[in-house]
Amino acid sequence: MNWGWWVTGFGVIFLFLGSLGMYRMPDVYNRLQAGTKCTTLGAFCTIIGVGIIEPSWFWTTFIIAVFVLLTNPISSHALGRASCISKVKLCKKTKVDQSEGFCREKDEEDDNS
Amino acid sequence: MIATIYIVVIGLGVILCLLRMIKGPTAPDRAVALDTAVTVTVALLVLIGLVLRRRIYLDVSLVYAVLTFIGSVAIARYLEGGIE
Repeated sequence: MNWGWWVTGFGVIFLFLGSLGMYRMPDVYNRLQAGTKCTTLGAFCTIIGVGIIEPSWFWTTFIIAVFVLLTNPISSHALGRASCISKVKLCKKTKVDQSEGFCREKDEEDDNS
Repeated sequence: MIATIYIVVIGLGVILCLLRMIKGPTAPDRAVALDTAVTVTVALLVLIGLVLRRRIYLDVSLVYAVLTFIGSVAIARYLEGGIE
């Protein structure tokens, strides 16, 4: 049995846990963290594992994996910044909110312009 | 056999993301759920291509990842309040 199946199974477990966190977490920001971290590692390991199982496909799968690894944090950062600016509320258990200054500065810029 | 189990588990993950996309209270919830669902779907397409022995699925998943990256950034710019 090829050892690429183990790499693919590791990635599949992380993909399922990321989706479960997307369903269960109470807040947009918690959901964004669970979705982004677990999904990036899971997709990378799954796609590279398929390339190890089928060696003639390796370079194509390598390109897809590197593309996912580069672009998934960028789009998640843009979505998190957008949800902070459009004033989505935090959940009630939040202790520290360091995004308060960022949104208020953005409001002042809007008022001046 | 093992690949079938993997595909079923990833399909359950896609269904959970779609449930969050239906339930989500605000618009950024739905955008985040869509972004996660698409990344899971790219891995699912590569696994389906492995089971069916068709190499075309790799190209399909690459194009799907590129287009959805552009779409997510565009949705984020829209939620920030317009493109300046």
